[in-house]
Amino acid sequence: MATVDQVDVKDGVDQDTVDAVAALSGTYKYGWETEIEMEYAPKGVNTDIVKLISKKNEEPQWMTDWRLEAFARWEKLEEPTWAMVNYPDIDFQDIYYYARPKSMEVKPKSLDEVDPKLLATYEKLGIPLKEQAILAGVEGADMPPAEGRKVAVDAVFDSVSVGTTFQAELKKAGVIFCSISEAIREYPDLVKKYLGTVVPASDNFYATLNSAVFSDGSFVYIPPGVRCPMELSTYFRINAENTGQFERTLIIADKGSYVSYLEGCTAPKRDVAQLHAAVVEIIVEEDAEVKYSTVQNWFPGDENGNGGIYNFVTKRADCRGARAKVSWTQVETGSAVTWKYPSCILRGDDSQGEFYSIAIANNMQQADTGTKMVHLGKRTKSRIVSKGISAGKAQNTYRGLVSMHPKAKESRNYTQCDSLLIGSDCGAHTVPYIEVKNNSSRVEHEATTSKVDDDQLFYCRSRGMDEEEAVALVVNGFIKDVLQELPMEFAMEAQALVAISLEGSVG
Amino acid sequence: MALAKLKADAAEARMAGLTLPSGFDGARKDALGRVAAMGLPSKRDEYWKYTDPTSLTQPEPIAAALFDAQETPLFGAVDRVKIVFVDGVFDADASDDLACEGIEIARLADAAGADIHWASELYGTLETRGQSPVERPLAALNTAFAQDGILIRATGKAAKPINLIYLHGDTGSDVMLHSVVKVEAGAEVTLLETGPAAARLNSVLEVEVATGGAFHHVRSQGRDHERRAVTHCFARIADESLFKSFTLTVNGQLTRNECIIEMLGDDAVAHVAGACVGDGTAFHHDDTVFITHDALNGESRQVFKKVLRNGAVGVFQGKILVKEGAQKTDGYQISQSLLLDGDSQFLAKPELEIYADDVACSHGSTSGAIDEDALFYLQSRGVPLQAATDLLTLAFLAESLDEIADETLADDLRDRLESWLARRT
Repeated sequence: MATVDQVDVKDGVDQDTVDAVAALSGTYKYGWETEIEMEYAPKGVNTDIVKLISKKNEEPQWMTDWRLEAFARWEKLEEPTWAMVNYPDIDFQDIYYYARPKSMEVKPKSLDEVDPKLLATYEKLGIPLKEQAILAGVEGADMPPAEGRKVAVDAVFDSVSVGTTFQAELKKAGVIFCSISEAIREYPDLVKKYLGTVVPASDNFYATLNSAVFSDGSFVYIPPGVRCPMELSTYFRINAENTGQFERTLIIADKGSYVSYLEGCTAPKRDVAQLHAAVVEIIVEEDAEVKYSTVQNWFPGDENGNGGIYNFVTKRADCRGARAKVSWTQVETGSAVTWKYPSCILRGDDSQGEFYSIAIANNMQQADTGTKMVHLGKRTKSRIVSKGISAGKAQNTYRGLVSMHPKAKESRNYTQCDSLLIGSDCGAHTVPYIEVKNNSSRVEHEATTSKVDDDQLFYCRSRGMDEEEAVALVVNGFIKDVLQELPMEFAMEAQALVAISLEGSVG
Repeated sequence: MALAKLKADAAEARMAGLTLPSGFDGARKDALGRVAAMGLPSKRDEYWKYTDPTSLTQPEPIAAALFDAQETPLFGAVDRVKIVFVDGVFDADASDDLACEGIEIARLADAAGADIHWASELYGTLETRGQSPVERPLAALNTAFAQDGILIRATGKAAKPINLIYLHGDTGSDVMLHSVVKVEAGAEVTLLETGPAAARLNSVLEVEVATGGAFHHVRSQGRDHERRAVTHCFARIADESLFKSFTLTVNGQLTRNECIIEMLGDDAVAHVAGACVGDGTAFHHDDTVFITHDALNGESRQVFKKVLRNGAVGVFQGKILVKEGAQKTDGYQISQSLLLDGDSQFLAKPELEIYADDVACSHGSTSGAIDEDALFYLQSRGVPLQAATDLLTLAFLAESLDEIADETLADDLRDRLESWLARRT
């Protein structure tokens, strides 16, 4: 917050920056809509829609069959009800499962051919689709771009990937970064080998639905021994009305490789809730490391709980090889309802899993989020740091599993989950499951719930801050552990987001 | 839907052949309706995720061999009112006179003839309240069919503790006991429960503590290796009252102890604690606690310690629910296990559900092996390995025993625990 203020008062700051700062302290700033001609598949879901999506993506038969099998399974499943969230019944037949800008009918060969309206959309969101060294997402911050620092972006707009930057440069390093639809066409062997091996099509209601109808998403393959030369990022934008977004991300880090992957998402303000059901699968081989960071900023609905995104997401990483490492960092500020548990299967000996989360729920938002750490290999380690903040009438739940299997000798877990309540109408809940099946492993779980410390608030206020600023500062201190784990670009964004979400929550 | 059918069928099978005893007829009939509506629990219920209830719900109990500990009775040196049940049947000869200063005591089985007004108001009432938000069908089954139990009303400070002694004399006994305790304003009573009771025990204890009242509960569940038990303690406590419950479990095949406390008055204090020592793959012990804060300045503590070896399984499901407006609540919950070898398991679900902003609630859960450094330290000073292990085990359990207010009772349990560990039976 302080950083933003400094930018604001500096001489020579252009109008765009001033506007950006103003927007930051206002309400949801990504709530605008791009007016663009769209083409839709008919509403609802059935085998024809599944086949149509497969056909639009020019998929081989095995992929179509895989989808149809998932769809048949989904029809027999019931929606899960165990999460601590309440929302009206979703009519799965009243949603568009495929929406694509008309201009994307013929695939653009390069970004130069992409509809300028789409490019303008991402520019407005602060997402660079030009191949130059830029810092993503921190327009207005007074930070010179780090020298040569690049972020490759795959931009997904409703059901399709608009374009992927730096593909050629990445290819030189052997890295494949493209949309999943392209990967299914260009690298079928890789996709076939890994797709559905971490999150099987039968995994859960939403993952099964996603397996049947996912329209696009990102694909990453880092070859053995390669340190990905730049950060990779996918930006998801829902634009069309009454449309569900079902994207699928598949990341494979081969032996000894490293990649840092960022994910961002926004949607326009609408009165009617929209569904987002994504699946992310990560395969981490021996000695490889994947760092996955998310700033989830879907439209949260208005203060009365109208509209917003229902965010039902399955994310899982499988540490297959020895010494593999995966780190999830998430900042959850958006969505009307969140149902999300990024998990780690620690299969390889000495593999490591980390989960750092800040979940902020304001107004009528409901978040049920956490992680699963499944320890299978020897000497595996996991760390969970979760900070939940509730304000307004929001409900925030941490739900997590730590499981030490009998063979996971000498493994360790440390879990810390803290909740902060701002105001007396909100709720904070903790539902951890701890399963220890061997005695050489150690599991430690700690959780606390408290309100913003009066002394800390008084200290800040006595130094001239108004109450909201003071709360924002105290809260930033409270979530520092998590913010430290974010890549720099996100940490800046996240700090600003924290301030936004708490706007108006005091008093 | 298939689950609901399964549960309804289990209830029907369990109740076939059972007849409602007389006394508290209305409450029993209502309870029968609740069981029929809920069915009996299944392994597929979320609330029974870690404990298979089959042996508790099936129509016939599994036989349990008798166990003669060949030792003096627990709390033998304490001046107390002894009330003895053998396989759930009241033993008048072995029991003391039921008169005691400061309290009224009656048998549940006698209640049919006498109109015990206060007991009629309570019997099944707290159990019914405890059915939401989580169903506890085995408790409703008990309310409907309990054969006997004790009704206690404390009007002043009870002169001595009441000791319910449960003896096990028949390998096939299947027992349901239901006791009700009412602690009037400013009154105080201590209830001791000792012994295995039966091959299969289903017990319910309903406790109401009025303003400024105090209730102390100390229980040791008997050491028969093959017994099975499900117990429920439902408590409703008023302002400035105190509720304290401690349970020691050693041996037994399956034990599920549920404790459900509603804190309805301001400045109330509720402490629930448990220590358990389990040995062998047959041992399965489950502590399930649900504390609801619905008033200001409430303090609750849950302290549960489990020592497990040779494939024993320990379960802890604890929950603190702080309702809207229950400001200044201080909730604390700790569940810890000491796994003495590689085969034992500890499964925990320590939950918080909080709707008030000015509260301090924390929970901790740890699991691990005995501290090698501490063991080495003791051995290097000449303590043999086994004695050192026992010493560290006792130290680990100490925090839960500290929850017993009466030092004499606590010391008795500590001494007993020490000798049991030394004899390894």
